[in-house]
Amino acid sequence: MKTLRNAALSILLFCSSILAWELIVRFFEVPIFIFPAPSKVAEALWRGFSTGLYQKHLYHTLLETVLGFLLGAALGFFLGTVVALNRYVEYFFYPYIVMFQSLPKVALAPLIVVWFGLGLKSQVVNAALVAFFPLLVNTVVGLKSADEDRMNLMRSLAASEAQIFWILRLPNALPFVMAGLDVAMIFALIGAIVAEFVGARAGLGMLIQSMNFNMDVSGQFSVLLILSIVGLLLNRCILLIRRRVLFWDPSEKERLERERIAL
Amino acid sequence: MEVIAVKELSKLYPTRDGSVQALQKINFSINEGEFVAVVGPSGCGKSTLLKILAGILPLSKGEARLRGSLITGPRRDIGVVFQSPVLFPWRSVLDNVLLPIEVHRLGRNGHLKLAMELLSLVGLEGFEHRYPWELSGGMQQRVAITRALVHDPAMLLMDEPFGALDAMTREQMNLELQRIWLERKKTVLFITHSITEAVFLADRVLVMTPRPGCIMDDVQVKIPRPRAFEAMNLPEFAPYVNGIRGRFNAKGLMDT
Repeated sequence: MKTLRNAALSILLFCSSILAWELIVRFFEVPIFIFPAPSKVAEALWRGFSTGLYQKHLYHTLLETVLGFLLGAALGFFLGTVVALNRYVEYFFYPYIVMFQSLPKVALAPLIVVWFGLGLKSQVVNAALVAFFPLLVNTVVGLKSADEDRMNLMRSLAASEAQIFWILRLPNALPFVMAGLDVAMIFALIGAIVAEFVGARAGLGMLIQSMNFNMDVSGQFSVLLILSIVGLLLNRCILLIRRRVLFWDPSEKERLERERIAL
Repeated sequence: MEVIAVKELSKLYPTRDGSVQALQKINFSINEGEFVAVVGPSGCGKSTLLKILAGILPLSKGEARLRGSLITGPRRDIGVVFQSPVLFPWRSVLDNVLLPIEVHRLGRNGHLKLAMELLSLVGLEGFEHRYPWELSGGMQQRVAITRALVHDPAMLLMDEPFGALDAMTREQMNLELQRIWLERKKTVLFITHSITEAVFLADRVLVMTPRPGCIMDDVQVKIPRPRAFEAMNLPEFAPYVNGIRGRFNAKGLMDT
C-alpha cells in the first residue's frame, strides 16, 4: 500500500515538474536556442528517431562504450592481478601507474585521435583508457585484502600459492572488482563521448557538437536525455551482474535492504 | 603411541629492541586418542605453540614431531580450528566443509558422504546448502570443526574455538565437542584460557606461564566420561580447577 502510494507520488512529481517547466518557458517566452520547452525536446526526440539518425549514432556510441569498457576492464584486471601477485612488478611499475592515474585521462583524447584517427578505434581506445584505472586500482586492493585468519587457514591446509589465489584471494577481491566495474562503465561512456567531441565521424557526442554549431538546443537536450538513459541502463546491467555474483557480500545485502525500504 | 612429541621447543620473536622469548624449552608429548588442553593467561604463547604445531610458524630452537616426523611446514594430516570460524561466505556450508578435500585434491565426490555424516554428527543436518551468514555463531563454529575433521587428520588443533561465543552456547559446544570426540576418538590439542573448560574437556591439562611461555604443570584429569555438566558439581571436579588456579595465583598471574 505504501509502495503504491510512493509510486503514485513519484509519477505525480515527475509530471508536475515537466508541466511547470513547459509553463515557465512559455510564460516568460524563453528563446528556444537558450532553453527549450519539454514539448520541443520531445519533438526533437521524435524527429531524431523517426529519421533513424539517433539510432545510428546511439549504436555507434554504445558500441564504443561497451568495447572500451571490456577492453579497459580486462586490461585493468589483468594488470592489477600481476601487480598484486608480484612484488617486483609492484615496486618498479606501480609508482608510474599511480602517477599516470592522477592525470585527467580525457586530456589525452586529442593525442589519441591523432594516433588512431577519426574512426571507431580512437573512441574505443579512449574509453578503455579511462575505464582501465578504476579496475586496476580496485583489483590490486581487493587481491591484497584477504584477512590474516583466512590466509592462516589456507596455509595450515598446505595450500599452494595458486590455490590460495583461486580459492581465497580472487573471490575475496570480487566486491572490490565489482565496485571498479561500476565506475569503469560510467567512465567508459565519458571517455567515448569526449573522444567524439575531439573528432569522430559518428556518435552521440559528435551529434551534440554539430547540433551546438547549428544552435539546435532542443536537439542537444534530446541527446542528453538519451545519454542519461544509456548511462542508467549500463549501470543497471552492472548492478544485475553484481547482485548475482556478490549474493554473499554483506554490503550487497545491506544495499538490497535499503533499496527495498526506499521502494 | 605418541602423536605429538615436543622437545626443548623455544620461540623467539624479533622486535625493534632485541628479541622477545615467546616460548621457552617446552617439553610434552600427546598420545594417540588423547584430549589435551593447554591453559594459560593471554599472552603466554599458547597460540604461538599451536601455530608452530600447525606448521604455519617456524620454531626457533628444539623440535616438534608429528607421528615421528619433524614438523617443518604446513601438513595435510592436521586439522585446525581457529578462534573465529573462518568460513568463506561465498561458499555453502558443504563447500566450506569440503575445502580441505579440494585443497588436497582428494576427490569431492568420494568425500560427499563423509561430509554429510560429519555435518549430522555436529547437528547440522539439512544446513549443507545454506551459507555461513545464515547461521548463528555456534553453528558456524560447528562447520569449522566439521571442516577440520573431513580429511581425517591425525591431530586436531583447536585455538580457543569457543572463545568468541556467549557463555551458554559455549557450554553447549563443550558438551557437543566431548560427544564428537568420544565418537571419533581423535587426538586433540585444545587451547583455552578457561580453566573449567580445560578440566571439563581434557584428559590432561598443560598449565602454561606467560613470558616466556613454559609448561609449569601437567595435570591428569581422572573424571569418568561421558562427563555431563553436573560433573562440574562433583566433588572431584573442584580440586582440579582450584589446583590449577592455585598455580596461577601463586605466581601472581591471575587478574581475578
